[in-house]
Amino acid sequence: MKETKILTHVEILVIGGGVVGCAVARQMVLDGAKVALVEKSSDILAGASKGNSAILHTGFDAPNGTLEQSCVQNGYAEYLKIREKLNLPIEKIGANVVAWNYDQEAKLENVLEKGLKNGVSDIKLLSKKEIQQAEPHLANHLKAAVSVPGEYIIDPWSSPYAYLLQAVENGGEVFCDAEVLSGEFDGDNWLVETAAGNISAKYVINCAGLYGDIVNTRVLKECDFSIRPRKGQFIVFDKSARDLLNGVILPVPTERTKGIVLFPTIFGNIVVGPTAEEQESRSDSGVVEETLKQLKTQAIEMLPQLEKTQITATFAGIRPATEEKYYRVSQNEDKNWITLGGIRSTGLTSALGLGLHVSNIFAGKETCFKRIEDPISVNAPRLAEKFPRDFNTKGYGEMICHCELVTKREIVDALNSKIPAKSLSGLKRRTRATMGRCQGFYCSGKLAKLTEAQFKNSLSINDKKGVSNA
Amino acid sequence: MLNGNSYDVIIVGAGPTGLSAAVSLKKIGIINILVVERESIGGGTVRHCGHRSFGLFDFWRLLTGANYAKKLREDAEKYNVNVQTKVTVTEYMPNGVLSFVSPEEAGTITGKRVLITTGLRETPRSARLTSGQRPLGVMTTAAFQSMLYLEDKLPCRRPVIIGSEIVSFSALMTAKHFKMKPAAMVEKNSNMTFLPWMFNKIISLFVVPLYLGSKVIDIIGEQRVEAIVIEDTKGIQTKVLCDAVVFTGEFVSNSTLVRTSHLEINHTTTSPQIDKNGRCSDPNYYAAGNVLMPFKTGGKCWRLGRKIGKVIANDLNFS
Repeated sequence: MKETKILTHVEILVIGGGVVGCAVARQMVLDGAKVALVEKSSDILAGASKGNSAILHTGFDAPNGTLEQSCVQNGYAEYLKIREKLNLPIEKIGANVVAWNYDQEAKLENVLEKGLKNGVSDIKLLSKKEIQQAEPHLANHLKAAVSVPGEYIIDPWSSPYAYLLQAVENGGEVFCDAEVLSGEFDGDNWLVETAAGNISAKYVINCAGLYGDIVNTRVLKECDFSIRPRKGQFIVFDKSARDLLNGVILPVPTERTKGIVLFPTIFGNIVVGPTAEEQESRSDSGVVEETLKQLKTQAIEMLPQLEKTQITATFAGIRPATEEKYYRVSQNEDKNWITLGGIRSTGLTSALGLGLHVSNIFAGKETCFKRIEDPISVNAPRLAEKFPRDFNTKGYGEMICHCELVTKREIVDALNSKIPAKSLSGLKRRTRATMGRCQGFYCSGKLAKLTEAQFKNSLSINDKKGVSNA
Repeated sequence: MLNGNSYDVIIVGAGPTGLSAAVSLKKIGIINILVVERESIGGGTVRHCGHRSFGLFDFWRLLTGANYAKKLREDAEKYNVNVQTKVTVTEYMPNGVLSFVSPEEAGTITGKRVLITTGLRETPRSARLTSGQRPLGVMTTAAFQSMLYLEDKLPCRRPVIIGSEIVSFSALMTAKHFKMKPAAMVEKNSNMTFLPWMFNKIISLFVVPLYLGSKVIDIIGEQRVEAIVIEDTKGIQTKVLCDAVVFTGEFVSNSTLVRTSHLEINHTTTSPQIDKNGRCSDPNYYAAGNVLMPFKTGGKCWRLGRKIGKVIANDLNFS
């Protein structure tokens, strides 16, 4: 390990600023530990947490009796418990598992049974007529459905940001551009080398998502799983179509995947996706025209009026799947190391549950963390369509992004936050600027100016000095 | 403060159409009018164009887009047109009632007639479903030009221009003007849209490598664009090194508020549905200029604005 200064001495080092890392850091800070979180990218939520379907799941279809099931359900309950304090937006729109043919219809009984077994007691079978009443715009060839009223849509970026911000406000530390390079355990403490400097920590919690196996191999020198990146492509339809859909439309699941979901977002769009494509790369979230066209066709098959709807955006997320279906959560007690690996599709919901899981592990140890009595609350950015936005409050300065109605005040706040946006994609997740239908037609120039000198990779390549404007 | 105010005519959008309609209404004697503009300055998207291709038929001289926009604003000022900038209309409602927000207030305003002149926008990469990664440097002409002309920022040095419409050549002129070295112009059809086939060689030899009958099949780059891959009709693939991809044209009407309102939309053109006079499905509303497809130049919009101004004045005087 290189001789560099020690950035900080902490009790718990969380590796990875994804949704899981943010939730775990918050939980441990509130539990009274001195915590630091390191993130490889310049912004948090830059890996698997960058693209997901933004649904808070009841866990009705989680594998019964697994850690995943308990973390999803505990995470769900915890989210509802803390959301008011952190100003997290939520819409209870429910979901319907829709059967589109007789084969699928035959499987609905199993779906219902599994849900009831998982303790989701309000789910029920809907006849064709009933589902058509609930979702009048769906294609006529549907057969029946299982209704899951407890599914919510949430803001997938503001929520984890608020978790981490609360951690910081209550004494936690965050280091970005801090890829973990190596580490040594002296029997008592870890000294972890990162690209930003070294950190001394009593315990390490690996929440490195798509890089979870690499971190274990690099630092712990052992790893019992390997990440098999699974890409999911999505299409975002224009907000003008939002009224076509009331709730989430889930497919009848197959062995391998949950399948293609059609869902409204809390921002007011309708989205279709994800695909499930195994790939080598942990970072290539490129999209493919052919696949997108198929997705569009599938969406129109379910909701014919989408044919006339413009497409706002396309994106892909990468899930940190492993060679097994279940979560790869383990503990190396001799080395003060906890691994939260292979947290795939359900991570957004289960993150807070995983935080509680980790909290319980420490409760059983001889640590002397003293829970913070009255933690400082924070306010998540207000980006949800059906709740008051920043522009509803006077003095916002100027509208920067007209499509998503993002104000100058919001941009400036994100740039000056205690966890500042350090790239355009970070800023997008924080404010939604350029995420609308024009994709930067109007606001790119203004954003280039506002973010100047703030980003390592700025929108403009340099100031135009020396280039004559004849 | 605007909240609660009533006007004879409210014009939404202070581009060439909106400002010229306002002046024409004033000239006829309809005085109580308001123009609302969501940007901090009037003039519309012609402001993004720095080259001299504007104003020949309206001000009898060749102006840059920015100066043309300035002329339009001065003309409106001369006739005492009330232009309120930084006002974002959020909803069109029956009886000419509009919701709006501005940095100072939020509320509603009412017009006996409302004229929608919200223009158009280009189809970005996402809506074209183009394959590839999503690095910095993928933009539309408007984004490209606004960075250069409005904010003094250099977005790239070696852009590829996608499309060959009039606006594509505007992007090309801009690139040349700022001494960039455009890497290619890529057109999916076998001929350029704006120029006839006899210009193919000239453009190719003297201006920019021209790839006809070709489409983008991949965008490569982790942080910033590094290259694109294009494929022609024979299936031959070419990798073009570049640091930006400018998707030009394929205009759609900027009519989202119409889509979410009680007004009818024409799904073929993406524009508000109008009758031969430019009247929408709700007779209190009119639409004119580029919000009605297809794309027209600033000068043409200016003339259309004058015309719709007269139509609305007539409507008000005889009703």
